[in-house]
Amino acid sequence: MSATAYAWQVGECLLAIALAPLFAGWVGQCRAWLQNRSAPPLWQPYRVLRKLFHKDVALATHASWLFRSAPYVVFATMVVAAAIIPSVTTDLPLARVADAIALVGVFATGRVFMSLAAMDVGTAFGSMGARREMMIGFLTEPALLMVLFSAFMAFGSTALPRVVEVVLRQPHIMLHPSLFFAAVAFVMVLLAENARLPVDNPTTHLELTMIHESMTLEYSGRHLALIEWAAWLKLFNYACIGFTLFMPWGIALHGAGPGLLALAIGALIAKLVVAGAALALLESITAKLRLFRAPEFLTMAFLLAVLGLLVHLLLEV
Amino acid sequence: MNGIASTTALTALLGLIAAWLVLGALGLARPNSIRWVARTLFPVGALIALGVAGAGAVALTAHFSAQTAVLPLGLPSLHFHVRLDALSGFFLLLLGIAGAGISVFAAGYFRAGEGTAPGMMGLQYHLFLASMALVILADDAYMFMVAWETMALSSYFLVVTQHRLPEIRRAGFLYLLMAHVGALGILLCFGVLQGGSWLMTFDAMRGATLAPAWASAAFVLALLGFGAKAGLVPLHVWLPEAHPAAPSPVSAMMSGLMLKVAVYGMLRVSWDLLHAGPWWWGLLTLGVGLGTAMYGAIFAAVQTDMKRLLAYSSIENIGLIFAGIGLALLCRSFDMRLLAALALAAALIHSFNHALFKSLLFLATGSVMHATGERSLGKLGGLIRYMPWVAGLALIGSLAIAGLPPLNGFVSEWLLLQAFLQTPQIPHAFLNMIVPLGAAIVSLTAALAGYVMVKFYGVVFLGQPRERALEQAHPAGWLERTGLSWLALGCVLVGVFPQVALDVVGRITGQLVGATVQRGPSPWWMTPLASNQASYSGLWLWAGLVLVVAATFVLVRRFYHGRVRRTPAWDCGYRWQTPRMQDSAEGFGQPIRHLFGPVFRMQRELPLPSDPQPQYRVQIEEHFWHALYLPLSRFVLRTAERVTILQGGRLATYLLYSFLTLILLLVWVL
Repeated sequence: MSATAYAWQVGECLLAIALAPLFAGWVGQCRAWLQNRSAPPLWQPYRVLRKLFHKDVALATHASWLFRSAPYVVFATMVVAAAIIPSVTTDLPLARVADAIALVGVFATGRVFMSLAAMDVGTAFGSMGARREMMIGFLTEPALLMVLFSAFMAFGSTALPRVVEVVLRQPHIMLHPSLFFAAVAFVMVLLAENARLPVDNPTTHLELTMIHESMTLEYSGRHLALIEWAAWLKLFNYACIGFTLFMPWGIALHGAGPGLLALAIGALIAKLVVAGAALALLESITAKLRLFRAPEFLTMAFLLAVLGLLVHLLLEV
Repeated sequence: MNGIASTTALTALLGLIAAWLVLGALGLARPNSIRWVARTLFPVGALIALGVAGAGAVALTAHFSAQTAVLPLGLPSLHFHVRLDALSGFFLLLLGIAGAGISVFAAGYFRAGEGTAPGMMGLQYHLFLASMALVILADDAYMFMVAWETMALSSYFLVVTQHRLPEIRRAGFLYLLMAHVGALGILLCFGVLQGGSWLMTFDAMRGATLAPAWASAAFVLALLGFGAKAGLVPLHVWLPEAHPAAPSPVSAMMSGLMLKVAVYGMLRVSWDLLHAGPWWWGLLTLGVGLGTAMYGAIFAAVQTDMKRLLAYSSIENIGLIFAGIGLALLCRSFDMRLLAALALAAALIHSFNHALFKSLLFLATGSVMHATGERSLGKLGGLIRYMPWVAGLALIGSLAIAGLPPLNGFVSEWLLLQAFLQTPQIPHAFLNMIVPLGAAIVSLTAALAGYVMVKFYGVVFLGQPRERALEQAHPAGWLERTGLSWLALGCVLVGVFPQVALDVVGRITGQLVGATVQRGPSPWWMTPLASNQASYSGLWLWAGLVLVVAATFVLVRRFYHGRVRRTPAWDCGYRWQTPRMQDSAEGFGQPIRHLFGPVFRMQRELPLPSDPQPQYRVQIEEHFWHALYLPLSRFVLRTAERVTILQGGRLATYLLYSFLTLILLLVWVL
């Protein structure tokens, strides 16, 4: 591993941290357009962050150290995940810290800390949000694992950089029908994991329908800023996992020069633009499900992924 | 040289076990003195446990060869045989490391005036430890059964420490009954295994050739016998009754250690004494294991008693361990040795991990009970402010048991999932499609375990105290904290250096499977399969998380500020909130009750909206009680009643029976 590889490792991480709010802003803008509202500016999330960082933290009287440290831990899990996912280049020294399965575990760590923090202040909404978030969590994990299974069957590896290399060297792998099922299932998991419609509504103001938002109700100031940032990073990370598994074109391979890397960044931004618009469209044409309909949605994702697996075993081996 | 080291290891082990027994007997010298028994003898017991762990570790070194000895104990022609090899060494290591932590904790935990006299309890406690070590060392069926029964009986007496409470006596009886049903299975299994030679040494059993049908019979009997002890569904019913009934260090020993001794027995019989069998052995074990895992996780999520919750969580973890064993058996029957080694390694590491974090959590509940006098989740809450040490250490245990990286629970679950990923290669057109779906159950179980642990930790330690009295909760003493810290340290170390754990269990898989999973060429990552397939590094993950947390903290302080204003909780502007408005344990389990409704036998009383004093009550039971155990016990009682007709109490009738029997025998002989 060369020094440039380490430089890229840090660079990619910083790129993710910097781009994640922009991506969230883009999705918000597209949603506003689709809903005939006047859109907030693209950099609105940065403004939100700046405002929140400047504000004092209003901390509940009986909040413990867990409540105060959870935003940092949640933010750290998302940054570490961003360092592991090859969004720009596969030449990442730290990508081997965790394969795709371990990455799911890293996300779970973030989720558990968030839920614990929500229970710490001891309000009705906090624990309600924690319970719902954990419910969505245990429904998405089997589906996500089956998606990774199908991907593993097709690519022969759960290490994400390796997946990219395999696909870029043999592009015809992407024609496998099993991957189509897996991709659809992955999108459904992405929606549920990132508290998007139809499972949760990120812009809701109605506490009783909240899942993710109700866990952040007691947070303010820099803590809230970190949590918001972490949520945007999570969406960004999931999008990048999706790109790695299902459309890795443009990602720079091991030993690529600066020109190719610049191209890779361009490709990433282009993919994010398309994905963000698609996400906004998807969210605009679906209605929020009742909470106990969410399991059906996620069972559907699970079954699609299993179908992908069976299709692979029956047709593609 | 090497031979000397290994024989000394075995001798030292026997000496240490004898020392445990002496220690137990010494407690009787001043049976009512807590100072003498708990504060003096238990720490010595912990040191002995460390010695046992050390001797077990010797058996796991690279050039160790199995050592045997014959003890001049037992019946005249049936001397006790002992043997130390990699498998028994590993389980002794587990016993010693977790046992040391539990003993240190127990030294600070036991109080005067709680049930049995301290001296008696010390004797039972050390007898329990020693008998577990002897089960692991036994090399003949006779000694195995003697030690096994000693283990069951000593733990029974520990369970009924508070024997004045009728429900504890009932739990103890149920435990004793199930322990003996299991022991019967094991005894019959050994009876089959000796294969007509009537030699009871394990060596003879290894050499015996059994007809396939008999081998299968032995396997099923072993699964029943050891499964009853380990808590496989549907033989698990004693576990959620007996574990909560015992004092917390004893619950920790039973859950953390005794269940692992059952796992050891299963491994010994199915991998060492029996040769490779048909694939359905593996599928059966895998199916039972996965079913148990999910069942335990679902029931843990709806419990309202913290120790029952942990007991169900033990059932879940035992299920995962047996799933690993089953997968390994399945792979062995298709001669996929490396994959078998991987699955077995996952099962072994998970056994070790479970011994650490489940002991830790049971001990933490002990501290909570001593500090508050409460076991019910509905009356706890907010203890993180009154018991910061216990809360911090229990957090490590909870995160570890939830299978979260970078702690140890994740390592074994990751290895198990990696093994499942390879199962489509099984050369069987039906199994290669059905077995991979097991991975979904494993991940569902792991995610449910996360749910359970958020509930456990959140309701006990976080939020606001649900009762006034909790504000007087006092922190745990230093001995308790030391014991907890020791176990938490183990959780962290296995999580950070999973490669070492993989190396250690590699000796066992080498012995049992003939293949070893390599940790990979790099000192930093663990790459158990091909280096480009999958990798994981606990150390780097820790480093990354700590680095980012520190950097974020410093940067936020540097560029902005660290001002904090304390205010009452906002709660969306609702001013009249009380601690009772937090989720109760029942409330937190509601999504699970809703989603898995048919699994439970549920009785619910919902209040009407117009009730002036609304009361909500929900009672959850297992279907197994009403569908299996109660009919069974009714059947036994009915049969017994019929049989009593024979026993009318009149001497003349009994003489008639003898006479008729004699006549019949005469007819038969002639």
